[in-house]
Amino acid sequence: MSIAELQSYGYIVALVFLSVALYAYIYHLYVQRKDSDGHDYEDYSNMALKDDITDTPVSEKSKKK
Amino acid sequence: MEDRPLEYDYSVTRLFLIFAIFLGITGMLVGVLLAWQMAYPGVNTFLGEGLAEYTNFSRLRPLHTNAIIYGFVLSSVWASWYYVGQRVLKVSMAESKTLMILGKVHFWLYFGAAFVIVVSLLAGVTTSKEYSEFEWPLDLGITVIWLLWGCGIAGLIAIRREKTLYISIWYYIATFLAVAMLHLFNNLEIPTYFASGGVGAWYHSVSMYAGTNDALVQWWFGHNAVAFVLTTPIIAMIYYFLPKESGQAIYSYKLSLLSFWGLMFVYLWAGGHHLLYSTVPDWVQTMGSVFSVILILPSWGSAINMLLTMKGEWQQVAASPLIKFMILGSTFYMFSTLEGPIQAIKSVNAIAHFTDWIVGHVHDGALGWVGFMVIAAIYHMAPRLFKREIYSKSLMATQFWIQTLGIVLYFTSMWIAGITQGMMWRAHDQFGNLAYSFIDTVTVLHPYYTIRAVGGTLYLIGFIMFAYNIYKTTTARPVEESELQNASPMGA
Ligand code: HEM
Ligand code: HEM
Repeated sequence: MSIAELQSYGYIVALVFLSVALYAYIYHLYVQRKDSDGHDYEDYSNMALKDDITDTPVSEKSKKK
Repeated sequence: MEDRPLEYDYSVTRLFLIFAIFLGITGMLVGVLLAWQMAYPGVNTFLGEGLAEYTNFSRLRPLHTNAIIYGFVLSSVWASWYYVGQRVLKVSMAESKTLMILGKVHFWLYFGAAFVIVVSLLAGVTTSKEYSEFEWPLDLGITVIWLLWGCGIAGLIAIRREKTLYISIWYYIATFLAVAMLHLFNNLEIPTYFASGGVGAWYHSVSMYAGTNDALVQWWFGHNAVAFVLTTPIIAMIYYFLPKESGQAIYSYKLSLLSFWGLMFVYLWAGGHHLLYSTVPDWVQTMGSVFSVILILPSWGSAINMLLTMKGEWQQVAASPLIKFMILGSTFYMFSTLEGPIQAIKSVNAIAHFTDWIVGHVHDGALGWVGFMVIAAIYHMAPRLFKREIYSKSLMATQFWIQTLGIVLYFTSMWIAGITQGMMWRAHDQFGNLAYSFIDTVTVLHPYYTIRAVGGTLYLIGFIMFAYNIYKTTTARPVEESELQNASPMGA
């Protein structure tokens, strides 16, 4: 196999892999309404709306001072 | 310390914001000058023959692109980062001395570099690589400035209270990473003085790439500079400022995640569309073309998400000139990301390449999308930085309409000019003799260049009104914290 052929196969494989990965991600997002922490994805929009320093975070970072 | 309530600290934002407005006026003034020079060549020597070296088109053009892109746009992006970053991570810069120092050093080094860049470009010191014109000492300086920003991002994220990173933060991080990589690879160069043992100027360098390789690296860089300076950080801004100003949650947070990964994946492969019909391998050209067309999807994903955020709230668009800027901005984003893929189709590019249609495409994105979004972001931040209402709503509305008219005149004239140019260059008789000489096209294009110059001048006038409005805001009526929740307070 020449380098050019190898390149083309590599290209196709990469393309298929990345497309599958992207679509799998889309599928995952739409089937799974919530992420692994149990937050509805749409709740994260509130990070922009409730952004005063005194507002409660949507998902608080564990305090370990 | 403990008795004062914790507040966000905007001192670094304020520095970048003021500098952005200053650089915006400078860059656009030069742009307007260029536009009049193309319509009336006499303008090239408007300060007399003696100073012609510094006032001619070729000397000023890189000053325009650099002052605008790496000056006005980057400075605004940083103003917004030091504002949005704190707010969505719910942590104040004041909580870390190191971060405050980093931020200030970041600004002042950038300020110094901007000054050296303006002088060196005016003096004609350039590497002649478009959008990478700076010589090696400046390239090193830029690397330091960029890394300082990176440390600032990492530092703020490290001490955050909000665990999840808001979508805007993702876009800022992508901007940081991608530009770092692009800058390093495109600017690999050899300082000739040191390599040759003392020949020539100490600051001079030659690129490590030559010929077709140079072209490939240059447009891999060039296209992604568009992606990661004129697109991703601006999306970062709109994902924060539009929901905040309108009080509406993003239409679909999921769609924002999806568009993010789509954009990251597709953009990096599209650069070949700048090199169609050149000496680069065919498959690079085809790939560039294909990925450009696919690029519509993630681009429109973001833009539609923005427009749908206003669903059921369109009266706000009518009522608030600030929201008008953002909505028209996303509309222009859709517009240029439809126009771009069309120009990337090989048969269309055969007509469009080298013509004014490309310049038109650049500026409907630049003036309509980037310019409007930056203006909106600054209008939103100003009342929060100065704790005062925006000086004048009617001035803002007038500015909006003047600038919109300016953009329309700019891109319509460039469309007609570009397509006329493209058609005339390739027109030939039945024996293959060219139908027109070059000067014929110049004569035909003159009126369109004049219209573009008028459009550009209108846009600049609007921008000066904007600067005045922000200046007056610093002494306008003081407002309470409660008035700053969503819609920005504005005076008559
Ligand atoms: C889907 C998105 C886009 C695609 C596929 C695209 C495609 C293109 C194409 C085909 C060219 C012309 C290359 C040539 O023949 O010389 C071009 C030039 C350009 N585009 Fe876009 N474009 C897109 C979005 C944007 C946006 C949003 C901006 C931002 C303002 C932008 C800024 C530019 C610039 C600055 C150039 C000129 C580069 C130069 O020749 O110096 N583009 N683009
Ligand atoms: C008052 C507004 C402006 C005017 C009148 C203006 C005018 C011009 C002119 C006359 C050129 C040279 C075109 C040529 O060589 O044929 C140019 C190039 C360019 N301008 Fe502007 N400009 C303005 C604002 C902006 C803004 C806000 C941006 C970016 C955010 C921008 C980005 C660029 C770029 C990237 C180029 C190079 C285009 C290419 O190589 O294809 N301009 N501008």
